[in-house]
This record gives sequence, structure tokens and C-alpha cells, in this order.
Amino acid sequence: MTTVETPPIIDLAAASAAASPQRVIVQRTRKRNFGTWVRGGGVSNLVFLLPMLVIFGAFSWYPIVQALVMSFQKTNLVTPAIFVGWDNFARVLHDPNLYVAIQNTGYFALLALIFGYPVPLVAAVLMSEVRRGKGLFSALAYLPVVVPPVVAVLLWKFFYDGRPEGVFNTILGWVGIPPQPWIQNAIEAMPSLVLEATWAAAGGTVIIYLAALTSVPPELYDAAEVDGASIWQKIWHVTLPQLRGVLIITLILQIIGTSQVFLEPFLFTGGGPANATITILLLIYRYAFQNSLGGNYGAATALSVMLALFLAALSLIYFQLTKRWSS
Amino acid sequence: MKSRSKALIAGIAAIGVIASLAACSTPAAGDGKVTITVVSLIPGSDQSAFDAFDAQVAQFEKANPNITVKSQEYEWTGPTFAAQLAGGTLPDVFTIPFTDGKTLIENGQLADITDLVNGLDYSSKFNPNVLSQAQGTDGKIYGLPTAAYGNGLQYNRAIFTAAGLDPDKPPTTWAEVRADAKIIADKTGLTGFAQMAASNTGGWQLAVGSATRGGRLEVKNGDSVTVTADNAGTKATLEYLKALRWEDNSMGANFLLDWGTINQAFGAGQIGMYTSGSDIFTNLVQSQAMDPANYGLASLPLEGKDAGVLAGGTIATVNIKATDAVKAAAVKWIDFYYMQKLLNKDAAILDAKTLSEANQPVGVPALPIFDKATLTQSQEWIKDYINVPQNQVSFFLDNIFDQPTVAEPISHTQELYAALDVVVQSVLTDPNADIDALLKQVNTDVQALVDAG
Repeated sequence: MTTVETPPIIDLAAASAAASPQRVIVQRTRKRNFGTWVRGGGVSNLVFLLPMLVIFGAFSWYPIVQALVMSFQKTNLVTPAIFVGWDNFARVLHDPNLYVAIQNTGYFALLALIFGYPVPLVAAVLMSEVRRGKGLFSALAYLPVVVPPVVAVLLWKFFYDGRPEGVFNTILGWVGIPPQPWIQNAIEAMPSLVLEATWAAAGGTVIIYLAALTSVPPELYDAAEVDGASIWQKIWHVTLPQLRGVLIITLILQIIGTSQVFLEPFLFTGGGPANATITILLLIYRYAFQNSLGGNYGAATALSVMLALFLAALSLIYFQLTKRWSS
Repeated sequence: MKSRSKALIAGIAAIGVIASLAACSTPAAGDGKVTITVVSLIPGSDQSAFDAFDAQVAQFEKANPNITVKSQEYEWTGPTFAAQLAGGTLPDVFTIPFTDGKTLIENGQLADITDLVNGLDYSSKFNPNVLSQAQGTDGKIYGLPTAAYGNGLQYNRAIFTAAGLDPDKPPTTWAEVRADAKIIADKTGLTGFAQMAASNTGGWQLAVGSATRGGRLEVKNGDSVTVTADNAGTKATLEYLKALRWEDNSMGANFLLDWGTINQAFGAGQIGMYTSGSDIFTNLVQSQAMDPANYGLASLPLEGKDAGVLAGGTIATVNIKATDAVKAAAVKWIDFYYMQKLLNKDAAILDAKTLSEANQPVGVPALPIFDKATLTQSQEWIKDYINVPQNQVSFFLDNIFDQPTVAEPISHTQELYAALDVVVQSVLTDPNADIDALLKQVNTDVQALVDAG
């Protein structure tokens, strides 16, 4: 027992001598493996991969590297670029709109988390409980995901008509609530955006949860029932713990997604009223494209790089923190 | 053997992909023939407008057999133009507003066409102030001004009638505009007076309102520019909007309108009045299907010292990447499509005839880019084809030549307009918006940009 646990004294010469034959074997194996790889269709696999590598390289990896380089440049993409060191990062950090955008993005993420995160879960649990028409409910829940996002936003913009005869205001009128300005008011604009975003995205998450719910062993529910558990106790003690892996993934995806919210503020309000819905991505867009005279692409890419680093760090920290729980 | 055939198929697939990517590059022109790409009409224009354009392309190609014209739809908006400029996807000939000329020239983004323009027999005839919009500090010419407009009060005659107002007596003071807006809102439930507020157009139209009250957003002193957004005219305009919005409730329920959406709403008969360029009729008819019988245009009320009408215009320019042959062909196209109808009787009549046969607007109110006599002469040539109801726009045309015109701010115009968007939106969505503080902030922010160069 003790001899096993004692740290071995390493004799380098002996170890080297002992390792040599092994190394020869490894090399031989490698040679044989390479030959086998070629004969086994390795080259053709590589050639098959080539179109994808070219397309990814040209349209995904190259722009990423280019954006990184551009974040240190002053360029209008027509005349030659000039390296300006950290100037773009400094400019972005000194822009008062950055802090408004961070605040707004955080607010959107928070609202989406409070309202948007539980909704699909509750819907999925309820739908899994119904005995008939499960397919119909799934289809109904998924329907908004099928609607093209731009169409959905334009539709909701129509619903959000601030006049008393607007769709939502008419409905509110039925229950005696006065007409609301919706997206035409700095206070109501962001919650209105979150409402549409939740409607648009919930269906996809519902389907994921429904799939995860089918993998919960029915014996666990049976056992809980035998122990006299109520429906809420079953959800709390069986369903949610069984779904935690999926819940963690959807949570981090939601945080990343909401940190990059662009479509809704861009199409609904353009960041207004009075910057009430300007988000980080919209600010990046404004840096690049608001000025017809050639935008500040350096500042736009600098902020993009900062956002990417922040999200990467956030994901790492999150996974570290939840590693034990998720396993 | 099997893996070799797999490799062969994969190789062919890979070559196919690479070849198809390579095929995206432009083929070289040969045998003295030149192909140019030019901007045509804005997306969504009706088919008869495109037919008229195609007819004009055919006329040009017949006169210039060595030049082939390809066209692409185009609508100038700040963001799309910036993307096209950066992406190198602008055609050989494109148009820009006066406000962008100087900076694009300074940034080296427009082609020098001085020699080609000097070869045109009317090059010395331009109003120097107008031509200067397309000239660099070195005096070289980088484009040709093709149209100029003044801002006016657009109104819907049908809505005026529905509200019990006389469409032949449009308001002539800002107080009358306010009173009429309230009547429209109260009697029809429609928007009495609308204001652009987004995509930099809020700032643009605030500049219009400010100028009519004697305000200037920037003051040039020698080489230095001072941002004066908090001038009395701008403050008065914002107070005026505040009153219409919060006291009269006559501005409707959409306070995030821009050039495109306000035209859409006006064309659809939802807005009684708004301010915009005098040439907007073309868009309203071509893209918004507005019934010309409902259209009315009046001059803007001018109040106080230094009051004037903010004017603007369009410059046709040539892509910096164009070769000499393409540049020469491009200037020929600009001369044919934009200029000859203003200077040459036969060309003017042919242009007007082509447009009117396709039911397109002829005789849209404009300001002169040469001089008033030339403009009047060109209008005289085409009087048989004019289909824009002149009696409905006479309230503008009868006054505009007596009203002083004011140029748009010259330094960091788009940034200034963007900053003022926020102010206009604040006033229209927050009854407690602090106008003084908001304008002071604009001064500080934009002055910093101006000082930074």
C-alpha cells in the first residue's frame, strides 16, 4: 500500500532507455497511421471538407480576423487604413451613449429573463401535462418562430399603434384601461420590445423543453406519487432537477442572445424614443452606418471586440460556476 | 479505387465552389464598348415609372452605341449609402444630397471629373453657389448638381376638405398651421401636423423649422465653425412642437417617423400636414400611390429676422473606382439624363413626353441650379406635358422665389442631425423634456466632433 503511494524516484537515463523502444513503436504506428489515413480516404475527406473550409474561411473566419485588425485602425474602407493603436477603444469608452446602451441592453436582458425565461418552461410543463391535443399546442407555440422576424416586428408595430383605435389599445379599452403609447414612450418602449421578443422566441425553447421532458423517467413521477407528492411538489422535486442541464444551456443562450439584441430596437424604434432603446449592437450599427459619409468602422469593430470578449468571459465564468451543478 | 473516385468527385465539387466564387468578379470590357451602371428609381416605384426610365436608357444607348447602360434601384438613405460606399457596391453613377458632397470629396471617395465637365458647353452657366456643393477646396469638380429644392408645407387637400378647411387657402403663418392641425385632429381623428423624428431626418426638419424662425444650427466664422443648436429659432420650433403635441394633441401617435415612413403615412391619407422638400411629389405618386388630386404644397411661413427656407439638392457623382472610359461615359449619362432636360428644348420635350406618356410626374416644383430664367424657360418648353397640378402647388411657387434660401449646416451635418433626432423625440414623447438642457448637450457633443476635425 505504502510502496504504491510513494512517489516514484525517476531515473532519467533509465526512463529514456526504457522509452526508446516505445518511441520507435509510436513512430512506426504514426507512419502506418498516415498511410492508413491516406488509403482509408483521408485525402478525399479533406477535399470534401475543402468547400466548407473555403466558405467558412472567406465568410466567417476572415471577417473575424479582419474585424480584430480594423479595431486598431482608422478606415473608411475606401482610402488606405491608418493604425491608431487603442484610440478606437478609448473613443468608445468615452462615448456617453455606450453607458446608455449597456444599461438598456442590461434592462432588456433582465426583463427577458424575468418574463421570457419562465414562460416557455411553464408552457412546456403545462403542455406535457395535457392528455389530448399536445401536437396542436406544440404547433401553436412554435408558430411565431416560423414567422420571419421582420414580418413579425412589422405586424407588432401595427399592433402597437398608439392611437386609441390601435389593436392592443382597443383590447385594453374593452377592460377599461386607457390607450397606451407603447413604443412611442421612453418608459414603455423597452417592455414592449421584450413582449414581442418573448412571443417570437418562446416557441423554440418550448420545443426544447418538451423534448427534455419526455426523457424524464416516468418511474420518478410514480415514486413521487406513491410518496403522496402534489403536482407542484412533483414539478419542483422531479421535473426541474431533471431539466437542469437543459435549463442551464437555455439560460446562457438567452443571456448571450439578449446581450446581442438588435432586430427589435432597430426595426421598432431605431433606438428611440430619445435613445431609450438603444442597445450595444445598435450602437455598433450606428458607429458603422449612421453617417452616410463613411462610418467609424474602427469604433464599431472595437466595441464588437469588447462585446465578444465580455460574452466569452461571461460564458466561461458561468460554466465554471455551474460545472458541479450541471454534472 | 473507391477512395480515388470519392476524391475526384470532391475535387470537382471544390473547384465548382471556387469557380462560382471567382465568377462573381466583373468581366472585362473590350472592343471600345463601355458598360456603365447607373442608379434608376427608388425600390417600390411603380412599373410605369420603370418603363419610362427604360425608354430613356434606350434613347441614350441609341445616341451612344458604344455605351451600354445597366441600372440598379437606389434610394439614398444615410445607413444604406454608408454600407454601399464602404462595400464598394455603389454603381458608376449615383446621386448624393448637397450635404454630403464636401466631405466625400475631402475623403477621396468621389472621382474627379473636372476636365469632362469643362468639356460641357454649359459648365460656366451654373449658379456658383450651387456648383460649389460639388467642388473640392482645390476648385476641382467631383459631380454635377442636378436638382435643387426648397422645403415647403405639404398638405392633403382631401383631409383639409374633410375637416371643413379650404384647401385653396393653406395656412400662411405658424399660428394658422397650428390652428388647422387642431381642427384636422379634432374633426377627422387623423394627424393634423406630423414631424419627422428618426434616421437623422428629425434634425433635418428641425433645421427647417429653425430657419423659418431665423435660427441657424451652425455659424461659420473664418475657418472655424460654432455649433449653435440652442439658438432662439430652434427653441421656438421645439416649443411650437411641444404645444401641438401636448396642448393640442394634434400630432397623432407616431413620433418615430422618418422620410420614408412619413411619406408612406401621408400618401395613405393619415397626415394632414408636414414639412419636407418641394420635390416630394414624385415619391408620393411613384411609390406611395397617392392620388395627385389630394396633393397640396404651400410655402413655409417665415417669421422674424433672418428667416429663410432651408434648401437642398442632389448631386450626380461618379464612382472613384471608375476607369477613364467609364468616367467619360458616366458624365455623358449625367448630361443626358439629368442636365439636358434643363437646357435643351428638344431634350426637355423628349424627357417630358416620355414621362407623361408613362403617367409620371412632370413639372415638380424645383429651385434653379443655373438661374431662374433658365428654369422658367425649361418649364415653358414642357408646359404641354406638365401634369403636376400647378394650381395645387402655386401656393409654393408663387412665393418661393421671393423667400431667402438658407443652406444646410456644413460641418458634421449628419452627426448634428442625429443628435437633434434625440431632442425632437424627447419633446414629442416626454411632456417634461428640458429643451434648453437637451440643446446645450447637442452643442457640446457636436462641437467636440467639429473641433476634432
